[in-house]
Amino acid sequence: MERKKSFETLSGIPLKTVYDESDSPKHLPKPGEFPYTRGIHKNMYRSRLWTMRQYAGFGSAEETNKRYRYLLKQGQAGLSVAFDLPTQIGYDSDDSMSIGEVGKVGVAIDSLTDMEKLFEGIPLDQVSTSMTINAPASILLAMYMVTAEKQGVDPKKIMGTIQNDILKEYIARGTYIFPPKPSMRLITDVFQYCMEHTPHFNTISISGYHIREAGSTAVQEIAFTLANAIAYVEAAVKAGLDVDQFAPRLSFFFNAHNHFLEEIAKFRAARRMWATIMRDRFHAKLPKSMQLRFHTQTAGSTLTAQQPDNNIVRVTLQALASVLGGTQSLHTNARDEALALPTEESARIALRTQQIIAHESGVADTVDPFGGSYVIESLTDEIEEAAGSYLKQIEELGGAVDAVEQGFMQREIRKAALATQRDIESTEQIIVGMNQFKIEHEEPPELLRVDPALSDKQIKSLKKIKSDRNSEAVQIALQQLQQAASQDDNLMPFILNAVRVYATVGEICNSLRKVFGEYTV
Amino acid sequence: MRKPIRVLIAKPGLDGHDRGALIIAQALRDDGMEVIYTGIRQTPSQIVATAIQEDVDLIGLSCLSGAHNELFSEVVRLLNEQGAPDIPIFAGGVIPASDIPYLKKIGIKEVFPPGSTIKETIAFIRQMFSMEG
Repeated sequence: MERKKSFETLSGIPLKTVYDESDSPKHLPKPGEFPYTRGIHKNMYRSRLWTMRQYAGFGSAEETNKRYRYLLKQGQAGLSVAFDLPTQIGYDSDDSMSIGEVGKVGVAIDSLTDMEKLFEGIPLDQVSTSMTINAPASILLAMYMVTAEKQGVDPKKIMGTIQNDILKEYIARGTYIFPPKPSMRLITDVFQYCMEHTPHFNTISISGYHIREAGSTAVQEIAFTLANAIAYVEAAVKAGLDVDQFAPRLSFFFNAHNHFLEEIAKFRAARRMWATIMRDRFHAKLPKSMQLRFHTQTAGSTLTAQQPDNNIVRVTLQALASVLGGTQSLHTNARDEALALPTEESARIALRTQQIIAHESGVADTVDPFGGSYVIESLTDEIEEAAGSYLKQIEELGGAVDAVEQGFMQREIRKAALATQRDIESTEQIIVGMNQFKIEHEEPPELLRVDPALSDKQIKSLKKIKSDRNSEAVQIALQQLQQAASQDDNLMPFILNAVRVYATVGEICNSLRKVFGEYTV
Repeated sequence: MRKPIRVLIAKPGLDGHDRGALIIAQALRDDGMEVIYTGIRQTPSQIVATAIQEDVDLIGLSCLSGAHNELFSEVVRLLNEQGAPDIPIFAGGVIPASDIPYLKKIGIKEVFPPGSTIKETIAFIRQMFSMEG
């Protein structure tokens, strides 16, 4: 007699009572060997731990700079910038569209001045920085490059990642500006420019994270992400780029969700699929072009507002799954994020969680500890197969760009999200502290509040920048950019020129809007 | 037979997190209501214009970016200004408990914070309209 009639993973893959050698492959290639199922490096975390990289940003650049310095002092290895929504959607802080949103979900960046303040006292040749920025990614990258120059750092030495993944914005995240075609061009322009000028910068982070947060299953997460990745590689190849020149700078970003076993298997399956796609479909020659490197964030959507300290335990398990799955960097969510941005104390506990896994648990001391586990190998195979059949379906629709335009992924995610909600409401899925094991009266936790006066301050400082800069130089730079956008020049040098004379994110995006138009659903 | 309840589900501001809005829209439809979903990135004035034009019985606002106080109060203000103060509003999203008294004070009928269920939302709507009817 078993507890339930049937057991399955969150993606609906049936779980057997027990797995044995008949479920597992006879031969497993070693870590660091094609197809990299067991990891992209021979020694993995025995050589170097994953990069502990906590996503942070709120309010003004000065305030966020303080949080960065705090996190670096606490032993964090890399930075990860959260921008506010106006910055992400290409509006200045004084735009009427920005009302209520300035500095809320991230830091407000209007011009180079803000970027300089953001990294004041942080040497950009020593720290790697990930920036969650998509539609205006090239603008923020340009600002980062010029900030490095002003610090006396050669942009060739800067390290980090821009998200720059527009397809998942149409699918799940919503911070698009331009239609798909010009957006794909902006992305390939960045690939091309960065090969030479910022060789240590990852030019894209192809993200399943938000697809999963929007409600997809684990299988859909990797299927849709890899479909998008294929579209980017195709676009770059079509633009005349050599696959082995840009592919080593592609990186990925996945979600670490609740089902511990399925999540470990998911990361392994994604690596194997990507290696095979790059070798067989795109004829990549370099191992680096075939190795799927990824950042992981624990699943924000699994956090509960009820009994928020329980979230520390959820995050620990999710983080552990991502380490056992071979992640290259990791963000652990803070316990209070179902309600607000983390307080300093919550952010510290989240970082400590990673440090405990790294230094106390022992899982980092041998490579792919779950490799060869009957159930993990079997789930890895099943996820690969299920995701592969989605890839075929997307191919039949004409590839990821067409599938997005037809709303295919969006519909699949919506169905899965509603099914999850119904399972939670029927307690088919138990969420501890939320639909079971509840307590009556909870003390509300201390939450971080963004200074309500911030918006006014930011608008004031933007006004000052606009009056202090050479407005003629700004007009010329914007006109040249607009001109270039209507032809097929690489736009990066024009964006860099505009940034240098303190043109704002909103102004640069408006120049591009005039040529490219805006995407609306 | 009574006319079905017409609901506008709207996403004010720049927030793209539409999982909750889409789930509620579908669930209310499945429950027999007529639902109009605005899509993301609507300004308060667009939302109010749609509500009036579509002659809806109530409005559901969803926001997960922390801009709820500013945006929801603007929707309320515009509804009053444009002569439709009697369209009730309910709201959901990442809304801390400490903000709920303010939102209720400005006239939001009910707030559904993280962890709320479809069932609660439907029960709230049905009860509100049965009392009026």
